[in-house]
Amino acid sequence: MRTHSSTDARRRQAGRRHPLASIALITIGLLSTGGAYALLTTTASADAPAASQASISEGQKIFASNCATCHGMSASGTADGPSLYGVGAASVDFQMGTGRMPLAYQGPQGEQKPPQFTQEQIDAVAMYIASLAPGPGIPDQKWLNGDGNIAKGGEVFRINCAMCHNVAGAGGALTEGKFAPSLSGVEARHVYEAMVTGPQNMPVFNDTNLTPQDKADIISFLKFQQDNASPGGVDLGSLGPVSEGLFIWIFGLGAVIGVTIWITARPN
Amino acid sequence: MAQHDGDDLTAAGTELDTLTHRHVSVGTAVAVPSGAFTNPGTPPDRIRATDLDPRKDKTAERRVGGLFLLSIAASIFAIVAYIIFPIIPGNLSSVRLNNMLLGVGISLALISIGLGSIYWAKNLMKDGEWEEHRHPTRGSEETRAAAVEVFRLGNEESGFGRRTLIRNSLIGALVVSPLPAVVMFRDLAPAADPVALLKKTVWDKNVRLMRDPSNTPIKASDVTLGSVFHVIPETLADSPDFLEEKAKAAVLLMRLKPEDLHVSPERKDWNYQGIIAYSKICTHVGCPVALAEQHTHHLLCPCHQSQFDISHEAKVIFGPAKRPLPQLPITVDAEGYLIARSDFHEPVGPSFWERS
Repeated sequence: MRTHSSTDARRRQAGRRHPLASIALITIGLLSTGGAYALLTTTASADAPAASQASISEGQKIFASNCATCHGMSASGTADGPSLYGVGAASVDFQMGTGRMPLAYQGPQGEQKPPQFTQEQIDAVAMYIASLAPGPGIPDQKWLNGDGNIAKGGEVFRINCAMCHNVAGAGGALTEGKFAPSLSGVEARHVYEAMVTGPQNMPVFNDTNLTPQDKADIISFLKFQQDNASPGGVDLGSLGPVSEGLFIWIFGLGAVIGVTIWITARPN
Repeated sequence: MAQHDGDDLTAAGTELDTLTHRHVSVGTAVAVPSGAFTNPGTPPDRIRATDLDPRKDKTAERRVGGLFLLSIAASIFAIVAYIIFPIIPGNLSSVRLNNMLLGVGISLALISIGLGSIYWAKNLMKDGEWEEHRHPTRGSEETRAAAVEVFRLGNEESGFGRRTLIRNSLIGALVVSPLPAVVMFRDLAPAADPVALLKKTVWDKNVRLMRDPSNTPIKASDVTLGSVFHVIPETLADSPDFLEEKAKAAVLLMRLKPEDLHVSPERKDWNYQGIIAYSKICTHVGCPVALAEQHTHHLLCPCHQSQFDISHEAKVIFGPAKRPLPQLPITVDAEGYLIARSDFHEPVGPSFWERS
């Protein structure tokens, strides 16, 4: 500025800032970075796709024709299905995305099957349900990449998840025909959503119990376990004494009996 | 003795020669009126294909040799595989490949030796039956007399029988020498009264409930409806017997709707707004019970399928367990963190004799 002062006084006059300009600039800067930071670090409270009125009404239509029989026209629940107020978009995305909803029949628990709706339709229903009452939203992609601490994830998994889902995530039996499903091949976002929402008889693991980082570590642990073969040889489904015992009783004892018969049989 | 053995072996050898060509007739057994069992003799020899056909004999020989050669090849394969596919530190799948190839090679080598030997014995070795008599176990008269003489001389030269002071004091010393071991065996028993150890855990009044494994305190507001927390006591970290104490003090924290809880009058202040804490140690044989179902309020033990109803103070509804899970009375402190009101009011885990 100073070098041009002799030649262009008029422009210098026009370029002069208001005394409060720098303060305003700093305020705007702080607000925008803080706001962006807040937006980026919000884990699961904001819906990933922007909720538009059009998609909410689209979701309401799908809901009315497919879900309202059990959950009621206003999603407030009936004798056949629970209220969906406050279950959040994460719950809808999990239940419909894994094909558990709509339910094929009333049984001990809703079972996984091919999804009955496209992801756009599921998103629309999720937006509709999320618009009724606040609830857990779709998880942020940064927790789902499987790049967390695998050892920590394994420890947290063994304490909180392994008793039902098996130490290797192979699933296990519960009471009265219910079961904890196998976690192999389950999408990371569905694993996250299940922990946040506690679908069916699974307990809820909210963010104060397992932090989003803990959940990301668990997802990384499960991913590692699927990608790496068991170093101890064939794992026989990781079901422990059930499959291993069956194998050794049938094939191991079968071989022992066969060899015994051969040893004692007379030659021709 | 050596002479004796040699005689027997020659005898057995000649006997073998005569017996293999002997024909025993089967129909000569005579029924004795006393009903005593008569020795039926050895059955007639079966002639094998390899005994009749020299070509089959040759084939069997080649098969046995082939199995032994296969064993050599498998041993070499195991060595080569071990060198070509080494264990790379940090790479678990290299361990798997290395162990598998090594195991396949070694087991093929050993089983081929075994199969070859059995095939050899069954098809090629002489298979007639013959008798071999045992050696007498009684020594000869001279040997026995010599042994007696050794003892007599030993007694005479050492004076063992004559010097009674030495003899008796030696016997006394030998009898007393194991006594220190008896004193040491006593230390294998628990130092303190085991019943007292089983009756008490590290839970106590105002001990905070902490998350396992991060050891962070839990606010009552953190425990949302349907949540399950795995809990350890705050003072556990200071305990010298960390694992023993954790095995007794592990707790499962759950939140139900207060209207779902069936609380008996004497336990009405043991839960905090529907937040309840129960021992995680099964009352059957002590497995960790943590398979909690959110809506049915069932708690399942994975070991023997005992089921507890959390909404009815963890009473047994199925399975071999006989007692409900002990409940930990809880409340909140001034900062809103969950704390224990006291220790469990009864011993945790399986029943034991002195348990009241």
